[in-house]
Amino acid sequence: MSAKSSERAAFLALRICGCAVAAPILLILGLLIVKGAPALSAEFLLSAPRMGLKEGGIFPAIVGTVILVALAISVALPLGVACAVYLNEYAGDSRLTRLIRLSIVNLAGVPSVVFGLFGLGLFVLFLKFGVSILSGSLTLAFLILPVVITASEEALSSVPKSFSEASLALGATKMQTILRVVLPNALPGMLTGAILGVSRAAGETAPILFTVAAFYLPRLPSSIFDQAMALPYHLYIVSTQVPGASETVKYGTALVLVSLAFGLNLVAIIARNRIRKQRKW
Amino acid sequence: MERNAAIVKKPVGVKRKTARYKEFAWEKSIAVLGSISIVILALIFLFLVKDGIPLFRHVGVAEFLFGDTWRPISEPPVFGILPLIAGSIVVTLAAAAMSVPMGVGCAIYIAEIADPRAKEFLKVVVELIAGIPSVVLGFIGVLTLAPFVQEIFDLPTGLTAFTGAVVLAFMAVPTIATISEDAIYSVPREYREASLAMGATRWQTIYKVIIPASSSGILAASLLGVGRVIGETMVVMMVCGNAPVIPNTIFQPVRTMTATIAAEMGETVHGGDHYMALFAVGLALFAISFAINAAASGAARRRGAGA
Amino acid sequence: MAKETAQNPVEISVRGLDLFYGRFQALKSVGIDILKNQVTALIGPSGCGKSTFLRSLNRMNDMIQGVRTEGVVEFEGRRILDPETDVAELRKRVGMVFQKPNPFPMSVYNNVAYGPRIHGSAGSKSDLDGIVEESLVAAALWGEVKDKLKQSALSLSGGQQQRLCIARLLAVKPDVLLMDEPCSALDPIATLKIEELMRDLKNRYTIVIVTHNMQQAARVSDRTAFFLNGELVEQGDTDEIFTRPKDKRTEDYITGRFG
Repeated sequence: MSAKSSERAAFLALRICGCAVAAPILLILGLLIVKGAPALSAEFLLSAPRMGLKEGGIFPAIVGTVILVALAISVALPLGVACAVYLNEYAGDSRLTRLIRLSIVNLAGVPSVVFGLFGLGLFVLFLKFGVSILSGSLTLAFLILPVVITASEEALSSVPKSFSEASLALGATKMQTILRVVLPNALPGMLTGAILGVSRAAGETAPILFTVAAFYLPRLPSSIFDQAMALPYHLYIVSTQVPGASETVKYGTALVLVSLAFGLNLVAIIARNRIRKQRKW
Repeated sequence: MERNAAIVKKPVGVKRKTARYKEFAWEKSIAVLGSISIVILALIFLFLVKDGIPLFRHVGVAEFLFGDTWRPISEPPVFGILPLIAGSIVVTLAAAAMSVPMGVGCAIYIAEIADPRAKEFLKVVVELIAGIPSVVLGFIGVLTLAPFVQEIFDLPTGLTAFTGAVVLAFMAVPTIATISEDAIYSVPREYREASLAMGATRWQTIYKVIIPASSSGILAASLLGVGRVIGETMVVMMVCGNAPVIPNTIFQPVRTMTATIAAEMGETVHGGDHYMALFAVGLALFAISFAINAAASGAARRRGAGA
Repeated sequence: MAKETAQNPVEISVRGLDLFYGRFQALKSVGIDILKNQVTALIGPSGCGKSTFLRSLNRMNDMIQGVRTEGVVEFEGRRILDPETDVAELRKRVGMVFQKPNPFPMSVYNNVAYGPRIHGSAGSKSDLDGIVEESLVAAALWGEVKDKLKQSALSLSGGQQQRLCIARLLAVKPDVLLMDEPCSALDPIATLKIEELMRDLKNRYTIVIVTHNMQQAARVSDRTAFFLNGELVEQGDTDEIFTRPKDKRTEDYITGRFG
């Protein structure tokens, strides 16, 4: 085979790889939209499940997921930002810094079900929070911490050093410089990271299995010590544990969950690209 | 003189105590919060050990690791995790065999061949795949892929190791593709130009120059992809059929370590043997993820040293 | 030793200053007196240590890892290299303008108000307005920006941005202005404006400027110091240095034989 024709064959194979990656996602999205869209009614979104989860809506699961991720990000964001500030502004190349970086990488690699075990052991049983929103959202917060740290650090390091220099040269302390110059300029990037974290937390099932998720709860939770339903867990339940659940319920739940996760991801991707383009320095 | 009475010039002196304390407190609290990930990782390890290790008072370590029977709720219970390890290995290897070529191919396509529009499109696609909740992929796998697999291979059930591996392969592509792409981009442009200038075709340049130069990055990417697969829970629990037996072919149902924890923890008595056994499985998973990360960063470091 | 030419008192006195980047010695036993209300120009080829020297006058070198200094820098009778020194207070009094204009990505007003705000030196909004106007006037920028105080500082031209940086510095009421090649990123017209401004400012401030442009040094400075390979080779009145340099190396540099 000549060099030219083997190149043609190889490029074709690579192009097929690209298509093989793109095609399933388009099929999946198409399937979810075609089968799920008819289910999306105000009644489906705003009412509780009925007839042993076979019919009815998913309102409690939506509310549960929103509460869980809101709490998770409000814990993870301050911690992640503080960690990123430390790594980017204070820590030189010390043993501690290397240890922190190593632990972030490893934390990101811990299987999500192990986070679930950890949440069960620490929050549910040891701290006696019980199977509750508090336990579940703290578990999720720790799970998404590496995402938030990484994005925040990227945002911080993109703020030019000349800004901090200017501030310090005006007699500002390091703390003032970070709070008034560095953080405000890194904020958009950090929010992007937060959105990615939220999207990740919204879709995770394994960490909430034993820490918060309720099979069926017709009323909404009234405190952070209550259990709650959650969208991903609900989808797992109706698609594998409830024989005879209607197609509309299954596909509708899946579509809502995917829209939530994708919507957030898309917002983050667009926001990030816009920030990169608009950066004036 | 100064028009603004409010400005009082202080002599440059030693920092005032209150200011010093404030800066000190701020710096220390940032450092403490900055170390949180170390603390969390340590806590995870601690709790896995605390709730997992006591099992070995009743069950031998070798019996646990190499026992070929997992029957946690029979009387007496048998805790041999070999079938679970085998399940994880079979699924992971099969998934890796599919996703590594796909992911790397996709990365090469994006980095070297695709025109700008295809490139933008594929990059977004890859990010979107990474953003799909795994439970949704499990759901799709159960409803569409499993019946398909059952029919094509004429099997008693479509919920098999193979079915799970296909879905997992798809899930691992974003990790493998994005990291490989970075590795490919970091190959200096001079290499490319030198090769092309000698009359090599673009494909010759890719597989003789670019792939070798980025091989350690691609290896690291593949390892991290494998790490993603081995830790995945919901897909394998929903799609792989959940039979805790050592499989003969990949067209049989299997149960992985992760799925076992997720499926059985709900039925355990907290503090009981079964509960502890599941934590011990978690400890094993934790160790595996650590080892994979170490291998991946080892591979990545080799790139740094080699270049 | 510097010759006390004028009646101007000494503002900053430097004795035996050594500075190391790791093992590399960037400054070798530098001694100089910076005189009050004069413009002192630091000249020399790239990498001779003039910028490093400038940055040690308000401890901006602290930001760079692995820098070690020895010797004495005295400002108002205080040894500022002493680790106990309140560096923020020092920098408030000895401010710096950088090579590339570096306004914050906020409005013109907020740029100038940044210093007074962090130091809490404006009692009220009208005080702050006063300081902002006064500083912009002093930096010869008021006329050009008085109608766009709310606009982003990044919308100004390069020369305007640099004068904004000077105004931002003046707003914290420093005594000494350190300028690190402030015109190197500007066009000739903007450069002339800054030079004019410096001649004006020296009545109220002490100015130290690093420049690679010898015409500029000759035009704006009262005193000149020539650095080479981390050594302070020669210093004195600018006229002297440029017309009758004592050291052969100074003469070679000034006449363009190297650097």
